Amino acid sequence: MKILVCMKQVPQKDAPLKLNETGTWIREDVSYEVNEPDAYALEEALRQKEKHGGEVVVITSGPARAQQVLREALAKGADRAIHLEDNAFVGLDAFNTARAFAAAIKDDQFDLIFTGLQSDDYGYAQTGVVLAELLGWPHATIIMQIEKNESGIRVKRELEAGYFQFVDMPLPAVLTIQSGINKLRYATLIGIKQAKNKPLRKVALAEVQSAVSANLQKIERLYVPQKTKNTEFLEGPAGEVAKKLAEKLRNEVRVL
Amino acid sequence: MADTILVVVEQREGKLNRVSWETLTAGQALAAEMGWMLEAAVVGSGVAGFANEIAGKKVSKVYAIESAKLEPYTPDAFVAALKQFLVSHPAKLVLMPHTYQVRDFVPKLATAMGRTAISDCIGYKKEGEKLVFTRQMFQGKLAADVSFTSDAPWFVTFQNGAYRGDKVEAGASAAPVETVNVDIADGVIRNKPHEVFKEAKQAVDLTQAEIIVAVGRGIKEQKNIEIAKQLAEALGGELAASRPICDSGWLPMDRQIGSSGQTVAPKLYLALGISGAIQHIVGMKGARTIIAVNKDSEAPIFEIADYAVVGNLFDIVPPLIEEVKKVKAGS
Ligand SMILES: Cc1cc2nc3c(=O)[nH]c(=O)nc-3n(C[C@@H](O)[C@H](O)[C@H](O)COP(=O)(O)OP(=O)(O)OC[C@H]3O[C@@H](n4cnc5c(N)ncnc54)[C@H](O)[C@@H]3O)c2cc1C
Ligand SMILES: Cc1cc2nc3c(=O)[nH]c(=O)nc-3n(C[C@H](O)[C@H](O)[C@H](O)COP(=O)(O)OP(=O)(O)OC[C@H]3O[C@@H](n4cnc5c(N)ncnc54)[C@H](O)[C@@H]3O)c2cc1C
Repeated sequence: MKILVCMKQVPQKDAPLKLNETGTWIREDVSYEVNEPDAYALEEALRQKEKHGGEVVVITSGPARAQQVLREALAKGADRAIHLEDNAFVGLDAFNTARAFAAAIKDDQFDLIFTGLQSDDYGYAQTGVVLAELLGWPHATIIMQIEKNESGIRVKRELEAGYFQFVDMPLPAVLTIQSGINKLRYATLIGIKQAKNKPLRKVALAEVQSAVSANLQKIERLYVPQKTKNTEFLEGPAGEVAKKLAEKLRNEVRVL
Repeated sequence: MADTILVVVEQREGKLNRVSWETLTAGQALAAEMGWMLEAAVVGSGVAGFANEIAGKKVSKVYAIESAKLEPYTPDAFVAALKQFLVSHPAKLVLMPHTYQVRDFVPKLATAMGRTAISDCIGYKKEGEKLVFTRQMFQGKLAADVSFTSDAPWFVTFQNGAYRGDKVEAGASAAPVETVNVDIADGVIRNKPHEVFKEAKQAVDLTQAEIIVAVGRGIKEQKNIEIAKQLAEALGGELAASRPICDSGWLPMDRQIGSSGQTVAPKLYLALGISGAIQHIVGMKGARTIIAVNKDSEAPIFEIADYAVVGNLFDIVPPLIEEVKKVKAGS
């Protein structure tokens, strides 16, 4: 099976976020990491390849820094990478991000495309499904298991509150992958070495420009949400805070 | 003619999903503020009963969008049906709850119509002539106001809990209900869904627990879970976790709290190193008292906490265990 995995670089979970001057995005001087469900999507693609043979290709769009996620993916075992490299790519909405991907892979023939179920930064939860529609492929979302069969694949969709559902579908297809579908592997030293020689294709904005249009939505402003609840902050050295907490537990919460 | 807001309610397996009422409340508020008309639709096979139920609320009209091919749910059939409907019944704004089902088909529907969806919104604001929708970004650490730059229909999904379902206004009289039969051609539906099921019975039922100590990724390593366990034992409570902890196999799945885990409402929920993503919060916001320990003073969990400790959980928890034991011994 030939599988494409969309991997996005997002600010690290613990990174302190500051707004940019125009208040439309965060300042870029933070540390980045791979979007968590995308790491699971890569792992799943590698496992499918180990079972059925084929190729795993990873794709990202974003500035030069985003190449890091591709390098890591190659070190873990992906065969090649595609980087839509331009600062302008991150300013695209999900619709146009998907259109840029579709244009960049038009000469490839994939059986499956994996995306994460949503990004940890913008959290739109749309790019994969939009891409499926643009390609005219079927899709399934929030996937926790994938089995190949004669007619295509059987996937396990996660539903709310602990429910699941199996779905049979033909190939090619787009799947959005949920965190926890598998156990992640680490890159090995030899993998990291080999990654250096694996092909990484750069796609300039000009190459896909004709496929993208003006954004269909606009971020007017970004801000720190206002607190609505009256939270009591307990302060002081740890020992004192612990004492205060125990008092609250006894006198206010009344569980002791 | 006034613009129309269409609320698409959600039915699944013959039940109206109660978040639909929240979306209807949002629709009523928007209609009043914008001076727009509010209509509702329910999509499926044999859904007239739901349409009648909704017709009792303050809406101008309710549509039952019907086809035998809409049962069971598939994204292909839902998109075909709603696209057909929206072409013949233009709406300015289409509102839906941000459920797993809606996430599954709305991006496809919007794309098929050359439109976009602003997803997972928690509110809206009217600014002059402009309508902006507020959504959480960066896992709730920031919020954004987002507007449409495309033509109608505008698709918006609202987060679970963003509006009060019990605040939905009843109508003076029942609204008219119209059945719209849609045509879904053979071959449109490509996915074959099987029955919905629940994974093997859960060994732990946290819904009955009075005290829950929950750990998140701030616990760093599997072996550190021991201190949370000791705290839970000292308090006489149960141990629970955020999803990443269960994904890593550090605690079994049946201890996961949140939208894909258990929903709990204990007397006390003590969150250790949990950031407070919405998918976690929906599972525990009903707790009577929430105490959060987090080293990041801006962690969204503090938004809903009654008592907050900004600090390193590894500094706080050991003395807390001692204090709890002391208080217990004294009483
Ligand atoms: C008007 C507007 C302005 C924006 N401005 C900025 C900005 O200045 N800076 C900035 O960083 N972001 C900006 N964004 C965010 C934008 O880049 C989104 O990331 C993009 O729209 C994709 O949506 P998402 O991240 O919510 O993806 P989702 O739909 O939640 O992502 C689902 C999956 O799609 C895949 N995917 C999505 N995006 C990428 C990608 N770039 N590379 C590889 N895989 C991907 C991943 O597999 C991911 O798990 C802006 C968005 C809008 C709408
Ligand atoms: C469809 C879907 C369903 C989901 N279902 C669920 C669900 O059911 N349940 C669930 O929990 N999540 C669920 N999630 C995941 C959710 O979005 C979050 O990713 C998750 O809840 C984050 O877990 P966390 O708070 O433990 O980790 P993080 O977000 O990484 O937060 C860790 C926190 O620990 C703090 N910390 C770090 N070190 C320390 C220290 N030494 N002392 C104190 N604090 C520290 C950090 O400041 C941070 O706030 C779901 C996501 C999706 C998209």
